[in-house]
Amino acid sequence: MLTAIIICFGLAFFFFLFNKDFGERILKWSPLLPASLLIYFLSKGNEVRQGALQEFTPWVPEMGINLSFKLDGLSFLFTLLICGIGTLVYFYSVNYMKNHPHFIRFFSFLTLFMGSMLGLVLSDNLITLFIFWELTSISSFFLIGFNHQDKNARKSAITALAITGGGGLLLLVGFVILGIIAGSYELSVLIESGDLIAESIYLPIVILLLFAGAFTKSAQLPFHFWLPDAMRAPTPISTYLHSATMVKAGVYLLARFSPIMDGEFYWNEILIIVGGTTMIYGAVNSIFKTDLKAILAYTTISALGTMMLLIGIGTPAALLALAAFIIVHALYKAGLFLVTGAIDKTEKTRDLLALGGLMKHRKLLFAAGLLAAVSGAGLIPSLGYHGKHLIYESLYNEHSSFLMVILGLVFLANIFIVCASFLAGVKPFTGKIIAEQKPVNPLSMFLLIPPLLLGVGGLIAGVFPAFIEKNVVLPVYQSLSGKSIDPAFHLLHGLDFVSILSWLTIIFGLILYFFFKPSLHYQNTLNHLSKVSSRNLLKELIDLVKKLFSTLTHLLQNGYLRYYTAVILVFLIILIVFRMYTGFGIGFQAVEGTSIRFIEGVTIFMMVVSIVMTLYTDSRVVSVVALGGLGLGMCLLYLFFSAPDLAMTQFAIDTLTVVLFVLLLRNLPLYLNKVDRRLNIKDIMISGIFGAIITLITLEVIAVQSSREISQFYAENAYLLAKGKNIVNVILVDFRGADTLVEIIVLAVAGLGVFSLIKLKMND
Amino acid sequence: MTTLILKTAATYLMPLLLLFSVFILLRGHYLPGGGFIGGLIASIALVVYGYANRIDRIKQFLRFHPGILIPVGASLSTLAAVLPLFFNQPVMTGLWLSGSYPIIGSIGTALLFDIGVYFVVVGATLTIIFSIAEENVKI
Amino acid sequence: METVLAILTGFMYAAGIYLILRRSLVKLIVGLIILGNGSNLLIFLLGGITRGNPPVIGENESMLTGIYADPLPQALILTAIVISFGLQAFAMVLLQREYVQGGVEDFDSIKEEEEAL
Repeated sequence: MLTAIIICFGLAFFFFLFNKDFGERILKWSPLLPASLLIYFLSKGNEVRQGALQEFTPWVPEMGINLSFKLDGLSFLFTLLICGIGTLVYFYSVNYMKNHPHFIRFFSFLTLFMGSMLGLVLSDNLITLFIFWELTSISSFFLIGFNHQDKNARKSAITALAITGGGGLLLLVGFVILGIIAGSYELSVLIESGDLIAESIYLPIVILLLFAGAFTKSAQLPFHFWLPDAMRAPTPISTYLHSATMVKAGVYLLARFSPIMDGEFYWNEILIIVGGTTMIYGAVNSIFKTDLKAILAYTTISALGTMMLLIGIGTPAALLALAAFIIVHALYKAGLFLVTGAIDKTEKTRDLLALGGLMKHRKLLFAAGLLAAVSGAGLIPSLGYHGKHLIYESLYNEHSSFLMVILGLVFLANIFIVCASFLAGVKPFTGKIIAEQKPVNPLSMFLLIPPLLLGVGGLIAGVFPAFIEKNVVLPVYQSLSGKSIDPAFHLLHGLDFVSILSWLTIIFGLILYFFFKPSLHYQNTLNHLSKVSSRNLLKELIDLVKKLFSTLTHLLQNGYLRYYTAVILVFLIILIVFRMYTGFGIGFQAVEGTSIRFIEGVTIFMMVVSIVMTLYTDSRVVSVVALGGLGLGMCLLYLFFSAPDLAMTQFAIDTLTVVLFVLLLRNLPLYLNKVDRRLNIKDIMISGIFGAIITLITLEVIAVQSSREISQFYAENAYLLAKGKNIVNVILVDFRGADTLVEIIVLAVAGLGVFSLIKLKMND
Repeated sequence: MTTLILKTAATYLMPLLLLFSVFILLRGHYLPGGGFIGGLIASIALVVYGYANRIDRIKQFLRFHPGILIPVGASLSTLAAVLPLFFNQPVMTGLWLSGSYPIIGSIGTALLFDIGVYFVVVGATLTIIFSIAEENVKI
Repeated sequence: METVLAILTGFMYAAGIYLILRRSLVKLIVGLIILGNGSNLLIFLLGGITRGNPPVIGENESMLTGIYADPLPQALILTAIVISFGLQAFAMVLLQREYVQGGVEDFDSIKEEEEAL
């Protein structure tokens, strides 16, 4: 399994190396990659039914992070979706993306995504899972913003990344807490230590964090809005990431945790409420859209809500229904998306109002659309029929009045979904041919075969449901509950309440479809209503933050260098004074120390005079002389106080500094004395206070004589260990030689910097 | 800028100062001095010579660009640092030859390191001053 | 003596900062140099000052004992002096380049120029 993921990542980077012509030729064969992965995973089917398959590679074992993978029923279902739909999407994209300038990049990102998604559903380690989780968010970001010249695409990509990535970070926090509670990041260990987790007081936080991650990824209310925006991605991407696989990651995660979390801290209640609301919201919104992809996006949101709802109900029947519904949804929604893509490609529009009568030229595509719509609507021989039946059944058979209300809601939502499925899959093909329609563009086989396969596959699976049930659906249940269960799919159910409900859904849905005319009017009304939405709230928040910081920036960074310096200094002064005040009090503390000698007094006086000269003079030459005097004073001070090495160095540097100044002086500007009086006083105050603080701190430190342990060590060992008697030099070249090595490199860089600055000037 | 006295003095001072700088460098381990100070004195010697004569005279004298001394010095110091590795000891361990010499004392990696410092300091200071001089002083 | 030197350090800091806050390019460099010297003096003072006892081991001894000046701050300052020279040179050349090529006479004109663009 690790090999499969590594192959995907490797190829994703390898594709980048291709040039365009070669890439186009070789990438024609790229569908073979997901296809061979599909075959590989299918071949493991038998073993999965018997029990999980595990792989373990240590990564950072000290921190409990391992590349451990596990293929059980739930993972198996998702890998089949990823590789199966993946094969069709690759196949489809070869034609769909043809002649796109970034053809190769597309496949590279797509492969990167496939690898990450496989990693996500196979990971048995929370940290690894998180890494793959964020990798899917990132590849989704690249793919939504794939047409990066489009401003809106970029914006949508950023929105999606901000929401899913942000949720992912919260998820990480939850994972870490879980890991601390259970003492392991291995999922299989966690599932077994359910009691330990249930007893923890942190459980509510963990559950909320898990929800934060799952709801953002799976576009639940109120985080749903990134998904319709994400439809700016090329259609194969919408099919693959934003309908069939990635958005179901949240569902996968919660299903994975449902065995231990079920029944704990409002887990079920929150899931039912959020899932139910999302289901209704998505369903109602979907039929009011006129953009085909928008319709599909909202039905996807609705379907994700249904899945969350089913996890929330949590009964065996509900989990079974969940597994079936995931398959059903992937098949028919991918079909509808691919049909939409084909229409978009040939007719150059996917606006419902501008399409009609395509049946005449596109019989096969119509068949694919019809089959997908039928499955989505849940008409009898299709796989969708079984899915819907199982959902209704799982709600009805519990005989609880609360669940009956939910059943009513699901029923309502499904009516809208029936209508929306037909709007997307059938509507463009029927009716009159819109007059200004251009002559039909040819439809490539590449665009036709995948949706047709999906449609036919759904039909066959619907007629013979037992095969899928035994090999895919039941193992999912088994992996979640650890128990096996009897098959429940039947082609024809008796005329019980659930069947009647099923039929009523279809009838009402079709009535809605035939009497409802999509128009811009509804869409605009709806847009009007959604002024107060989470999207706008987020936008307002972002704008507010932007405004706040731009004001702050203008306030603190007005473009005048000295102002910046002053701000930094004032802040520093406040910090230090505060610390001094709370620490040891502010006060002048004269130190009883060495007395002052005459010659030292003269030196200090000379230094003070030099400094005052630099402050008052208007002449550059005078300030250079004054600097020389200051340096000389320093040199003498070092000499008086037992630092001959420093005195020599200071003297040499002083000489060189003066030389430098003399060389440069001619080409430096004159002193300017444009001083604003008020500003001047402010500057004097800042520098004066800072100087005073330095004095006070120095005195304080001298008063509290610090330990000289380190110096003592050097003094005692200089000769014994390093055979040197000048301790300063021994420290430089021996004890702290590594520091010195870096310091001479700094000096070298300064030298080279000066050199290149000057040579650069010559070449300008 | 070129006066006769300075010119004459500098001509004789330069080799003396250079010699002195080497002396300061070598005695550094025992008495005040060392690579930094020695390097600075050597640069001053050459700068004064350059002042008295012309920059290109210095270049003639050196026969190479002073910048070359930077990598030379840095490599010497690094060599001194990694040399112990070849004797199965950690980086920067002091290695010493047996025997003692006047002025220098024991010869070891520390001295090699200091010589590296000396070259880097000379190289960097001269590079700075000469490139500035070439640009600013039209001789 | 310590008190006087501490006050001198504070004064050097104050003068350095005051010069850095000026508009003039040259004053900035002068300020930097004074500030650098002030910092060196600060470190020197913090190690404690001693007269006439440099940290050098005597001719026939193998260990430094008794009163001696703290060698550690001296080693720190020594490299600091040399490196600050490199820094000064770099700053000077950078500012000179601004002046000669960009016609920038003081820091405020950089801002004004940017606004004009």
